[in-house]
Amino acid sequence: MAQRAQPIIGTTGIAAGTFVVLAVLLSFVGLGLRAELGRGLGPAEWAAIRFTVVQSALSALLSVVCAIPLARALARRRFVGRGLLVTLLGAPFILPTIVAVLGLLAVFGRTGWLNTAFGALGMPEVSIYGLHGVVLAHVFFNLPLATRLLLQGWQSIPAERFRLAAQLDLPPRMVFRTLEWPLLKQVVPGAAALIFVICLTSFAVALTLGGGPRATTVELAIYQAFRFDFDLARASLLSVIQLALAGGAALIALWVIPNFPLSAGLDRKLMRWDARGGVQAWVDALAIALGAAFLLLPLLAILLAGLKGLPQMPAVVWQTAGNSLWVAVLSVGVLLLIALPMAGWISTRQRGSAEAIGLIGLSASPLMIGTGWFILINPIADPVPLALPVTALINALMALPFALRILVPPMRDVLVTYDRLSRALGLQGWSAWRWLVLPRLRAQIGFAAGLTGALSVGDLGVIALFADPDRATLPLQMYRLMGAYRTEAAAGAALLLLAMALGLFWLCDKGGRWHANP
Amino acid sequence: MLTLEGIEIAQGDFLLAADFTIAPGRKTAVIGPSGAGKSTLLGALGGFIPLRAGRLEWEGRDITQVPQGQRPIAMLFQDNNLFPHLSVAQNVGLGIRPDLKLTADDKASIALALDRVGLQGMEARTPGALSGGQQSRAALARVLVQDRPVILLDEPFAALGPALRQEMLDLVNGLATETGATLLMVTHDPADVRRIADDVIFVEGGRAAAPQPAKALLEDPPPALRAYLG
Repeated sequence: MAQRAQPIIGTTGIAAGTFVVLAVLLSFVGLGLRAELGRGLGPAEWAAIRFTVVQSALSALLSVVCAIPLARALARRRFVGRGLLVTLLGAPFILPTIVAVLGLLAVFGRTGWLNTAFGALGMPEVSIYGLHGVVLAHVFFNLPLATRLLLQGWQSIPAERFRLAAQLDLPPRMVFRTLEWPLLKQVVPGAAALIFVICLTSFAVALTLGGGPRATTVELAIYQAFRFDFDLARASLLSVIQLALAGGAALIALWVIPNFPLSAGLDRKLMRWDARGGVQAWVDALAIALGAAFLLLPLLAILLAGLKGLPQMPAVVWQTAGNSLWVAVLSVGVLLLIALPMAGWISTRQRGSAEAIGLIGLSASPLMIGTGWFILINPIADPVPLALPVTALINALMALPFALRILVPPMRDVLVTYDRLSRALGLQGWSAWRWLVLPRLRAQIGFAAGLTGALSVGDLGVIALFADPDRATLPLQMYRLMGAYRTEAAAGAALLLLAMALGLFWLCDKGGRWHANP
Repeated sequence: MLTLEGIEIAQGDFLLAADFTIAPGRKTAVIGPSGAGKSTLLGALGGFIPLRAGRLEWEGRDITQVPQGQRPIAMLFQDNNLFPHLSVAQNVGLGIRPDLKLTADDKASIALALDRVGLQGMEARTPGALSGGQQSRAALARVLVQDRPVILLDEPFAALGPALRQEMLDLVNGLATETGATLLMVTHDPADVRRIADDVIFVEGGRAAAPQPAKALLEDPPPALRAYLG
């Protein structure tokens, strides 16, 4: 009997996976040391839980409901700029949260475009702060995600079905019932569940647009307990709540969460014969116009305000930009060191068995891990100088599930296709990485690195726990400028941050595809 | 001498038995109906399909458990014989050192092998920039530098046109004669057998028969082979 074949790329992935699990478990140890579970939940904790669940549910519901007409319109209309719009739907993935919030404030804020227009018309002012502001920002981020998921679903309907529908001259109601409704039933629950889970651990949006006893998420409550009261016991208790809430929801949602469409390929031309004119054409045009305006106006606002604000930026902005760049580069390095071996390990195993480890990033929240580590580090060393490396490491953990989703499928393909040839030539271990896997996956590695770099440079999360005035990242500095009502300087910083996030993504993504392999 | 001692291969319901030796330097065609197990037999020799029973020996040494790349065997498959992202020289170089740490001498042998198969000056090209026939030549150049005493061909030229396939087989024939390598090749075409094979292994009904002299076998085939040849 021949022995069971070792995978040609070795098993270092087990070590990387163990590292990830240990990093998260270590934070549990820290939390366990301080959380006084016997103390029970007070009204403030219950309020935070309630708000977290309500805003997540509303965000998920609204994102999906608004995405349906938009995705439907994008699926069946051809127009100039459609490709660009579909590409832009991918942008919120790499758009720093705090930048988007500033853009939303410029449009929907007290002195924003909308209220200015309302004022001119003599209508009452709308406020962006509180529950509806938080939900608005979450919809801004997740409407594009939901739209891409639905669009992907729509494009999976075979063209032949639409041909058949045209041949039978089915009325719109029947097209919906026979073709679109079955698809929606399949995609909508998963998309909503994914957005619900993402919004459960929302921090930066709640920090900027929420706050107060009526609009505090659990994640924000951890930060406040930690930062304002330095009540580590309460922060730990809230972290445990967050773990139960987000982790539990993530585990349940795992069954329904679809593959997120991270890559391109949504601009495939599909001939459609139904819905050629009349009311439906107007409805589609309206959906596209509203969707595009909602997504593009805040970006435009950042651009305009940012250009004006650039000269107002204090020197400290440049210094923090340097810190952010350093954090992002470190994150990308850590991510690749973890994700590549893990992807290699997962690829050689049965489908799905080990991918769950990568999903830890979705269930464990950054502030929870940060709090746990702080409790462990604090007695041994001063945590403040570690603020930036810890941020980089946690950012890498958060990007891990995305990176694995990008890397695993093509790695599986490569290992299947070239397994025999590699074995026949004795190509294995480091040589197999060097001469087979890395060169064949260059484009995907670049894409994953770009996403991680952009997510990391724009992240405003755990850095807020650890930082002191001397150690800030650019998003944190931007938040401080906003807090000091230096709106123009903050807008300048936002533009710089946006340029850095897009630049990092572009650089890595292009680098991966430059002279890419056949 | 390659010895297949009481070999049994099982894949689900499929069973294949083989028990014979192949003399060194012989050129052997493996023929038989589709699905009879020709590729399975070669795959087992190459170490890609586990044996349920039996031993595989080369020159008296048991190689049943030896990893694929360390067997005295160079093998070409039906497809995916080249890495599309590596240059021709790198693809050939993998036959010398899998980590591609090539010395000047190694590079000289690569150039020599490419010269021998008619690909001189094409070191820097990638397989995508070569024609189908040139890709086959590049793979053969690697077989040449691998310098293994046994060459297994699992129909690597099946996708080529008839004239080009003949050309490749003649090239392989010449190379094997020069190096004295033992050659086993799967084929469907009696013309190929006549052209280069000394012996024939007929695979049918769950058994790979011992090699028979090709000429005699084709002139007076037993009933099963006659039915296959039509």
